[in-house]
Amino acid sequence: MGKKLLLEHIDVPGINTLSVYRSKGGYTALDKALKTMTPDAVVEEVKTSGLRGRGGAGFPTGMKWSFLAKPEGVPRYVVCNADESEPGTFKDRYLMEKIPHLLIEGMIVSGFALGAKSSYIYIRGEYFYVARILEQAIAEAYEAGLLGKNILNSGFDHDCYVQVGAGAYICGEETALLESLEGKRGNPRIKPPFPAVAGLYGCPTVVNNVETIAAVVPIVNMGGAAYAGIGVGKSTGTKLISASGHINKPGVYEIELGVPVEEFIYSDEYCGGIKGDRKLKAVVAGGSSVPILPADLILKTANGEPRLMSYESLADGGFASGTMLGSGGFIVMDESTSIVKNLYTFTRFYHHESCGQCSPCREGTGWMEKILHKILHGHGSISDVDLLWDIQSKIEGKTICPLGDAAAWPVASAIRHFRGEFEEFVRNGHSIKDVRHYYRLNGLPEPAYS
Amino acid sequence: MAKVTIDDVTIEVPDGTTILQAARMIGGDLVPPAMCYYSKLKTSGGYCRTCIVKVEQGSAKDPRPMPKPVASCRTTVMDGMVVRNITSPEVLEARSGVVEFLLINHPLDCPVCDQAGECHLQDLAYEHGKEETRYEFERREFEQIDIGDKVQLHMNRCILCYRCVKVADQLTDGRVHGVLNRGDVAEISTYIQNSIENDFSGNVIDVCPVGALTDKTFRFKSRVWYTKPVDAHRDCPHCTGKVRLWYKGDDVLRVTARKDKYGEVEEWICNECRFDKKTTSDWVIEGPSKVDRHSVISANHYENLRVLKATIDRQKKALPHGEKVNLGQGALDPNNIHGK
Ligand SMILES: Cc1cc2nc3c(=O)[nH]c(=O)nc-3n(C[C@H](O)[C@H](O)[C@H](O)COP(=O)(O)O)c2cc1C
Ligand code: SF4
Ligand code: SF4
Ligand code: FES
Repeated sequence: MGKKLLLEHIDVPGINTLSVYRSKGGYTALDKALKTMTPDAVVEEVKTSGLRGRGGAGFPTGMKWSFLAKPEGVPRYVVCNADESEPGTFKDRYLMEKIPHLLIEGMIVSGFALGAKSSYIYIRGEYFYVARILEQAIAEAYEAGLLGKNILNSGFDHDCYVQVGAGAYICGEETALLESLEGKRGNPRIKPPFPAVAGLYGCPTVVNNVETIAAVVPIVNMGGAAYAGIGVGKSTGTKLISASGHINKPGVYEIELGVPVEEFIYSDEYCGGIKGDRKLKAVVAGGSSVPILPADLILKTANGEPRLMSYESLADGGFASGTMLGSGGFIVMDESTSIVKNLYTFTRFYHHESCGQCSPCREGTGWMEKILHKILHGHGSISDVDLLWDIQSKIEGKTICPLGDAAAWPVASAIRHFRGEFEEFVRNGHSIKDVRHYYRLNGLPEPAYS
Repeated sequence: MAKVTIDDVTIEVPDGTTILQAARMIGGDLVPPAMCYYSKLKTSGGYCRTCIVKVEQGSAKDPRPMPKPVASCRTTVMDGMVVRNITSPEVLEARSGVVEFLLINHPLDCPVCDQAGECHLQDLAYEHGKEETRYEFERREFEQIDIGDKVQLHMNRCILCYRCVKVADQLTDGRVHGVLNRGDVAEISTYIQNSIENDFSGNVIDVCPVGALTDKTFRFKSRVWYTKPVDAHRDCPHCTGKVRLWYKGDDVLRVTARKDKYGEVEEWICNECRFDKKTTSDWVIEGPSKVDRHSVISANHYENLRVLKATIDRQKKALPHGEKVNLGQGALDPNNIHGK
């Protein structure tokens, strides 16, 4: 069994309540930070821990914290990104729903470390019931003197608020989130300035993912060095993985970073293998926006090394043969999956969620969706596949925010690794329900997938 | 001061200058096209992506190149920065992509559009676009709406440059003008189709780079290239009263602000000057306007067409035309992927 730092007590009945949470060692990190540490010392521990942002980009959290501008007399804010809307990602919901106080404790400790008197949890609109769970936990914390004025007699004041979004994936992008939090249209801001200098209401702000903030609690409890001892290389600590797709045991798993992908998919401790013992076809390892990899490349790198669940190993080979850990949305597809259909679904999502500010993403995402729809229904031509490739290349890297990239990468990787399947659809389009089935029926050799 | 080199031309500019402004200081064909940036409107720019350039060297201190093309209108220069615009095939290719994106849903109704002849999208398409469209689907359509009795909004033609939104924000009070919805169905709108009742609301017409916001008092009166621009002024209680009159014969068909060669107004004008003063006797005439912005159709009194042709030739040389991108498996160069 791997070490569990976040979900250790998840199955304890009543762990969502303050009393049970405390009985399991809850709020000791807050107590320790307030009574025995300076704010800078907490930042140092986070730096030492090697913790990297769990929201998708994997930016080192300690470094992000140390960039926070600290002008005199200007308030600073901690904002928790609980917008979790990336298809395939549902770990933050699980954590907040089951053990809300872990996040609240993390918020207060982070607020202390960063000198923020207020913090906000921005939660996606569809999680309205989770917002109530958080509010309940916050109310309990106020009552116990863990929030509000003079927390645990330390002289530190902190208030924490929950804000519910209104249903837009783009509001998970940190600057769109801040706009939305300010009550404006959720358009990403043009950077610079970065939130660390001018964030919420123009004040220095740190935006972190739910899991990132929760991880601060075990880091303070056990010390940054001990945390850094878990995991592999620069992928330290544990990570929540949302596992879904054709596996026997879908769910949220806390893994020590560095578990081999093969073990994660096939061992009974995690996904428990592919449903019905079918063959693995492909995996989207980090949420819908990261490149899809065919079975051979997700299990082993291009050099033949076993692929590990870590930031570095998953990215090995660049985008030509690798992918990203992203938010940890691990989507497994067996041999019955149509890559083209799946891509269409993803592309439709990005088209629907584009904020429309910049031309390549606003226009390109819809165009790609239409072409994929055409191919899927048997009206496409080979040149449409080339056109798709060209469009994605003209979106990638040319937009205001990374949603453009997120829309382009799935398209690029699907064509890169499964071009044969697109061509099959072009040739036989609407008659194909299941691509593999088609090959079998016609006694054709399957196209090489990579 | 910072020294910056754009397409091999070096200039020294004050700190805080953007790449686009620096290019404009140099002038000529290396100035990136700008469809959304507007120097007189704060926080404008960054949206359309036509002005993207490549930063080959970040600064003297940190010479690393920037990994992705940047919007020149929103990127400030650093000392020792080296920028490529029309000497980079990559930039030109990316820009032609942006132009294509701007056109796929555009109605291309130039023959019935009052903006034709002074439309920045026409210029851009002429200079950077391809001859044929690769878009074969239905173009999106919106209802045409009136914004008050003087301004009409043709949302189909809008490129969502946000300039009119900034005018509403920065020039008029009690803003009722903004963007509704998102993605490719986002649209400019006014609160319950309210007019933007304000002395300066007419300026949205001048900032609109396309024919999305047009002057109803000029509607279908004439093609702009049949009208003759004349600079004039009057004593105006609201604005400086410095305008441009557009004559056909002895009739003033239209009044606009005076615009520079980048199509930006020199000074905002009020609605009274724009909509209500349409006789010569209202004005003190200064003389024919010098219009030096190149434009597709208005070659007769626009001077820069020759320069434009030369630019296009130069760009063509830089672009590997006819070279098809090879998509074969494994042909992908991982160095060209800006994923991480
Ligand atoms: C379109 C888009 C959607 C995003 N959605 C989320 C999200 O739902 N949750 C999240 O934590 N980060 C999301 N991010 C990443 C955030 O912008 C930001 O990087 C993150 O909140 C930083 O936190 P971290 O450093 O703790 O990962 C999104 C980014 C983009 C571009
Ligand atoms: S990339 Fe897409 S979502 Fe991001 S700012 Fe541009 S249009 Fe909006
Ligand atoms: S109406 Fe004109 S000015 Fe306003 S956003 Fe559209 S193109 Fe820009
Ligand atoms: S002019 Fe720079 S992005 Fe539009």
